[in-house]
Amino acid sequence: MLFAFFVVPFGTMIAVSFFERVQGGFYQPAFTLDNYARFWSLFFGRVLLFSLGLSALVSAICVVVGVPFTRALTRLSRKAQVPWLIALLCVLSLSEVIIGFAWSTLLSRTAGIGNILFALGLVEAPMSFTPSFAAVLLGMVYQALPYAVLVLYPAFSRLDPSLAEASRTLGAPPWKAFLSVVLPALRPALVATFIVVFVFALGAYLLPQLLGRPQHWTLSVLITDQAIYQSNMPFAAAMAVFLVIASVLLVTLTAAIGRNRVPQ
Amino acid sequence: MTGRLFDRLLFTLVAIFLAGPLVVIAGVSINEQRSLTFPPQGFSLDWYAQIFTDASWRAALTASVTVAALAALLSLMIALPIAYALWRRVTAFGRLVQLLGVSPFVLPPVITALGALSFWAAAGFYGQHFTVVISHAIFFTSLPLVTLVLGFATIEREMVEAARTMGASEGRVFTTIVLPMILPYMVSGFAFAFVLSLNEYIVAYMTVGFTLETIPIKIFNSLRYGYTPTMASVTILFVAVAALVFSLVAWLGDLPKLLGAWGAGERK
Repeated sequence: MLFAFFVVPFGTMIAVSFFERVQGGFYQPAFTLDNYARFWSLFFGRVLLFSLGLSALVSAICVVVGVPFTRALTRLSRKAQVPWLIALLCVLSLSEVIIGFAWSTLLSRTAGIGNILFALGLVEAPMSFTPSFAAVLLGMVYQALPYAVLVLYPAFSRLDPSLAEASRTLGAPPWKAFLSVVLPALRPALVATFIVVFVFALGAYLLPQLLGRPQHWTLSVLITDQAIYQSNMPFAAAMAVFLVIASVLLVTLTAAIGRNRVPQ
Repeated sequence: MTGRLFDRLLFTLVAIFLAGPLVVIAGVSINEQRSLTFPPQGFSLDWYAQIFTDASWRAALTASVTVAALAALLSLMIALPIAYALWRRVTAFGRLVQLLGVSPFVLPPVITALGALSFWAAAGFYGQHFTVVISHAIFFTSLPLVTLVLGFATIEREMVEAARTMGASEGRVFTTIVLPMILPYMVSGFAFAFVLSLNEYIVAYMTVGFTLETIPIKIFNSLRYGYTPTMASVTILFVAVAALVFSLVAWLGDLPKLLGAWGAGERK
């Protein structure tokens, strides 16, 4: 069943990426590299770079916020953790549509921060913060942070507390114990989190559309756009194949770096 | 002491960040006027009533719930034999299948969606309603798979051995020992898949977007014609459903453990 409905569609997609487009929204079997050649232009190169950079930034923010947060979370009593976990799962389950809608409302002129700043007398007139790059970034961090925390959670909650205690009794201040003992022990988990969030952010397709300007569109947006609105399946498939290759390469690379650095 | 203070500050900031957009949406959803303003002006539950009285919202709600329930059930049925086989005997093939089960969830969803679209189009079923159920079930199989593998790990093998030596058949062992013990894990696997399918947009859009409108698709389509407070109220309704389902899971079983912490008292 998995094979039939996952592996086969995946293969179909790769096949379609070599097909020829026929005007009117259909395509016919062929073997052409045109779709890939078209992708290899300056415009798409820029989009790819932007997508990778944005995803890396989202990952970095999620790790920087997620690590101290998850650590604090796992030090709470089990009972106190449960409401937090439920809240994280709730945010995690929100669809991109809803997150995009929520943030664009929050950042809008009439119903959000702009209005509140106006009420406080901080700005002259209610203002809007969207569309902007910051809005895209905020939305994507919002969507990815619960993922980051839930990936870090098992590692932190299984961490042996005596590890940090030992270094503290040897005279290290808490922050030093954290940086030199706890973090290195968790390096694989940190790398894993970075990768998971990175790939996840690479897949964002709605937030850049809802919260950003066209220059903030990522590769996933273009894939969706080509597949649905331009009806150019072969080109969309070629981009998707490229995206998979790019993310697999990066993941492998990051994983390799992460492994080498683990001190034994 | 500074550490505690830091933790508390961090909790507050993260809580504000996570709750902020939802508070605004909740405020918008009870506005009296047909406008998106915050702080809300007046109070009315009309927008909540509209989810159930307006035919198109009601249809979208029915579609979403039906798809999510069927997809979650199907994903559970795919995951159960895999997890069972893995528990009985870990083989290289079993591991491969497990990896395959998790992989759709690790790839960017747009890839899974595009794969599904090209597959259903090639198979000639494009736009049929059952395609989204199957695609979602495959997409979310990893969730029940993860919970079930954890669930099987809690079963003590001695008990199963004892039952076997007493002459219980394989089927009887399964129904009297295995099934009751993994039932909470089945329920939570189903719950995770259900809630995520309910909120899933891109796969649904690429498979049945033009023939069936689920709630996320409807919200997205409505976004193009401007905002209405009904979108806000349906969002809050969905968050409430998710909160309810996850609380139920936490009440039924050990949520920290399901998410990967050691079981209570298991830690040495």
